[in-house]
Amino acid sequence: MSAPTGKSAVVLSDVRVGDSLPELSIPLTASLIVAGALASRDFTPVHHDRSAAQATGLQDVFMNILTTNGLVGRYITDWTGPDAVIRNVAIKLGAPNLPGDTLTFSGTVASREGDELRIEIKGKNSWGDHVTGTVRVVISS
Amino acid sequence: MHLDSETARRNQAFEVGIREYVGMKEGPPFACPDLVNEPMIRHWCEVMGDSNPAYLDADVARKTVHGGIVAPPTMLQTWDMRGYPMRDPALIQNKQRELHALFDRAGYTGVVATDTEQEFIRYLRPGDQITSETTIESISEEKATGLGIGYFIVTRTVFTDQNGDEVGWLTFRVLKFKPSQPPAAVATDGGAPKAPSRIKSPRGHDNAWWWEGIDAGLLLIQKCRDCGALRHPPGPMCGACQSSRWETTESSGEGTVYSYTVLHHPPIPGYDFPCPVVLIDLQEGTRLVANIAACKPEEIHIGMKVECRIEDAGEGMKLPFFYPAR
Repeated sequence: MSAPTGKSAVVLSDVRVGDSLPELSIPLTASLIVAGALASRDFTPVHHDRSAAQATGLQDVFMNILTTNGLVGRYITDWTGPDAVIRNVAIKLGAPNLPGDTLTFSGTVASREGDELRIEIKGKNSWGDHVTGTVRVVISS
Repeated sequence: MHLDSETARRNQAFEVGIREYVGMKEGPPFACPDLVNEPMIRHWCEVMGDSNPAYLDADVARKTVHGGIVAPPTMLQTWDMRGYPMRDPALIQNKQRELHALFDRAGYTGVVATDTEQEFIRYLRPGDQITSETTIESISEEKATGLGIGYFIVTRTVFTDQNGDEVGWLTFRVLKFKPSQPPAAVATDGGAPKAPSRIKSPRGHDNAWWWEGIDAGLLLIQKCRDCGALRHPPGPMCGACQSSRWETTESSGEGTVYSYTVLHHPPIPGYDFPCPVVLIDLQEGTRLVANIAACKPEEIHIGMKVECRIEDAGEGMKLPFFYPAR
């Protein structure tokens, strides 16, 4: 495969089951949380209004799931490059993402079937696992 | 300490009421208000820090497997969002809201999303007109969770394009729960988030009385009124004779270690690790899972004599702790 973009892209023939994806750390700010909620058209108050978030018992606004999904997608295609097709993203949600924390993604190639990889991902913050799950992605060989 | 018949009747009506929603559509198919479009894709990628040229650069995208600009697949749900009206629940009426309102009225006011899965049948392209249709797929039995007693609700949303072809689907699982504590005091100093405290006692129809006993400093045991069998944890029916008539007796708090385990991993916020969990044979003849205090994990042994003290575990929550007997 020729990478048409100059962007680093993984080559399918080099991928082995058990390979780790490079980690990605994302500083969590109120700006990211609010901007992510609005860019995903999610105006639920707990994602942009601190007092609404505090009424639920948390200290501050917390990240919406659509942003978490968006970051998971980015984490995968930062590694694969643009010649990849994500088929499925299944995630379990845990510790919320609040401003002042850091979200760190890690991932492992769990299995391969033809051109399709099953990647297990995890996004941790200081409380524990924010997100764990599986992404199925097809990389053109 | 009995469920009176009025409460039982209300619980029954609630159970029947919520089950009617299983299989129901949230509402008519929803025509997503914006066609899939490059400005919204670009704004979204800007925030996500996603520089994938398949989403952003027509010239490069044309040379990829996508053959032109596509929307990020995980943006699927964005097209279906209701936008600014979401700030006020009263502005959005549908069957799912109605169902949540039923839960709210029964005291299950908390809501938290626990899982979601998205399947992408094809990537969306600028100009696509997406329609979504959401079905309430299932409602679990009542469960005790770390957040409180509650029910899991699963919805499934199917997305179709302007030709009526399915382009993807997603499932979403939320927990509607009775918060087992008032909202915690919040830190407003803007520092790093405060770690959560330990899991609060789950209080449901069948076991709230037991925790109320603990609050009052009493270690209670449920006793069948008909055959006299003791049982724990609390439940509505005697396992020995199937009677639902019961009373309580107070335990002396004396017992022996029947079995134990020591949790090392994964560390759960709010607990000290390693964390011993002990199964106690109470002198009266039932067993109880509890914490052990003033004892290192390596000092615990089967047959060890212990005695109960009800103590504050922090934030006003009382728990039975077992100490090595003096």
